[in-house]
Amino acid sequence: MRTPLGQVRGLGAAKSGTEHFWVQRLTAVANLPLTLVFVGVVISLAGSSHAGATATLGNPWIAILMLLFVLSGVVHMKIGMQVIIEDYVHHDLCKLLALMANTFFAIVIGLAAAFALLKISFGV
Amino acid sequence: MVQLTLPKNSRLVEGKVWPKPSGAKETTEFKVYRWNPEDGINPRVDTFYVDRGDCGPMVLDGLIWIKSKVDASLTFRRSCREGICGSCAMNIDGTNTLACTKGMDECNSGGAVKIYPLPHMPVIKDLVPDLTQFYAQHASVEPWLKTETRAPGTEWRQSRDDREKLDGLYECILCACCSTSCPSYWWNGDRYLGPAALLQAYRWLIDSRDEDTGKRLDDLEDPFKLYRCHTIMNCAKACPKGLNPAKAIAEIKHMMVTRQF
Repeated sequence: MRTPLGQVRGLGAAKSGTEHFWVQRLTAVANLPLTLVFVGVVISLAGSSHAGATATLGNPWIAILMLLFVLSGVVHMKIGMQVIIEDYVHHDLCKLLALMANTFFAIVIGLAAAFALLKISFGV
Repeated sequence: MVQLTLPKNSRLVEGKVWPKPSGAKETTEFKVYRWNPEDGINPRVDTFYVDRGDCGPMVLDGLIWIKSKVDASLTFRRSCREGICGSCAMNIDGTNTLACTKGMDECNSGGAVKIYPLPHMPVIKDLVPDLTQFYAQHASVEPWLKTETRAPGTEWRQSRDDREKLDGLYECILCACCSTSCPSYWWNGDRYLGPAALLQAYRWLIDSRDEDTGKRLDDLEDPFKLYRCHTIMNCAKACPKGLNPAKAIAEIKHMMVTRQF
């Protein structure tokens, strides 16, 4: 029985979205050079021993760039997946659970990758 | 989840093949979506043969000829027949466009002119979609000049440069070709305003005479109302007036970011 205008207005504007939009572009730009560095590091380590890998990632510049790659990549991945969930999952409870799972997944992946990097980098 | 298949009662069935007009020298085959809410039958695609010697060259001419000469129950909207009212928007030859400005000879999908209602909208009958929500979305952006300064005795003044900013925006005829071609609008049309309403929103955002720009942006700043646009660009491809709603939406996003810094 609600009027069409009432339906369209719904709960009103959430007054958010621009931050996500901006961070998605920001991380996309950051991912360009960081991915190139990552690919370069992977190629340089091809056929290398564990000691060689530890030595390369022990370089603070490379370690920091790899950490930035993980951070930027994970944030970008989390936001991108969130958009896909919001686009296609319309059941309220499923959407909420999927969004939570997406956040948890991004945090776990990000922290695990960062932890592994730091461990190798410090040669522990 | 998004529904990728049609519900059972919406699946197309074989339609009627109407006889060719007797004595016609040249005919064009029309395959037209038909659905009547009152007969309880699934939608069907009827085949008609239009006598090209007895009607004009546009798809709308063919539809009017069918309605006059073959089946008076064929239902579609039309008014100006010159691309300015937006009534006869439908999906022709796989693209949303106006039947009155689309030539029969421009359709080249296997010889037949295939006509369906605008996609993903509730159908009222045959080629007539229910545009209630579409119009409400347009109304929701409050498409009129809003000012607090006392109105001048004559008109609100605007420089030539500022007036030119409205070109490519004011020409929209609200035919709904763009919004109904947008996959994002198909999936989330209940919350995403769609390219047509957002183009009109930008038309007032960029109007130098309007004093409500900030409030207008506030009302659009929403993950669904505005940011469901993923720059798919179907809107710009479909627009029969050659407008670019995707660019207008990008400009709104640009304004949103600009006011943050």
